[in-house]
Amino acid sequence: MTTIFEGAPPALQPDHPEEAAALSRLHARLETDAAASELLDVAYRTVDTPIGALLLAATPEGLVRLAFEREDFDTVLEALAARVSPRLLASPARLDAAARQVDEYFAGTRRTFDVPLDWRLTKGFRRTVLEHLAGIGYGVTESYTQVAAATGSPRAVRAVGTACATNPLPIVVPCHRVLRSDGSLGGYLGGLDAKRVLLGLEAA
Amino acid sequence: MKHPFERVVQQHGATVLRVCRAVLGVQDADDAWSETFLAALRAYPSLPDDANVEAWLVTIAHRKAIDVIRARERAPLPVAELPSTGAAPAKDPDLWALVATLPDRQRQAVAYHFFAGLPHSEVAAIIGCTPDAARRASSDGVAALRAKWLPE
Repeated sequence: MTTIFEGAPPALQPDHPEEAAALSRLHARLETDAAASELLDVAYRTVDTPIGALLLAATPEGLVRLAFEREDFDTVLEALAARVSPRLLASPARLDAAARQVDEYFAGTRRTFDVPLDWRLTKGFRRTVLEHLAGIGYGVTESYTQVAAATGSPRAVRAVGTACATNPLPIVVPCHRVLRSDGSLGGYLGGLDAKRVLLGLEAA
Repeated sequence: MKHPFERVVQQHGATVLRVCRAVLGVQDADDAWSETFLAALRAYPSLPDDANVEAWLVTIAHRKAIDVIRARERAPLPVAELPSTGAAPAKDPDLWALVATLPDRQRQAVAYHFFAGLPHSEVAAIIGCTPDAARRASSDGVAALRAKWLPE
């Protein structure tokens, strides 16, 4: 397109400031129109935290996914498009409350999350485990064995580990509060450093 | 498998805006862009995975632009001058006003072929003419633009 004229007109150059401003305005309008027309199946945004950027995604029903940077946000968004809906837009408005609560949690001023959750990315035993985790209080930890016993499947310790490792809503559903019976950390989707930070924050 | 719609907006938003501005002028382009992407978002889940997304968007934009033009004709606004890029920096020559001086078909052919990069055959399918006519319209349109853009 830049070959129409000798020397591309500024209006056709990439990242023309007026065009970039127009596109950002139009994006905001699309977010509003899409939500009003019930076409915004998944809205997402990122928030910066002491353990790196987090991606928050919500359906009209509630928060559906929280992801760590090391999971690669593009991969996470592609998976959401496939598993929930491709009608997915960067749209911070729907995530205002969740983002604020995440900020407050990392500032140490919030101990429980109070946002609607959409559990559709987990089911069966994994969901049972995660619902149990939701009841483990701030600063409290349980072992994988205890969680298995509490969910009525005392021999399913490994499956509890898998449920934690595939938790679509980490931090909010506190799988970081589950440790090995000997007190060692076990695993964490966000990395063991992140798990240490979260446990340290809650122990303070 | 479908990519997130956000990616469609990021990849094609600027091109569709240029197409809308070329066909309608800057003033009405925002409405056409918004209606294009809202309609695209609605239809996106049923778009075949191997579809040419840009051609699909330009086809929708073409229809939305025609809607805007018809609405404009039904209720003509007292616009004395060609739409101008009011918000653009002063040093930016008014490309969109130049494009607006072209006849309809040339404007569309230039927009879809040069700004959106579609082949003449697809441009022809969108406008509803033969590929030869689309080719002539876009080359005549560009020649006219060059003459106005680069006066001696």
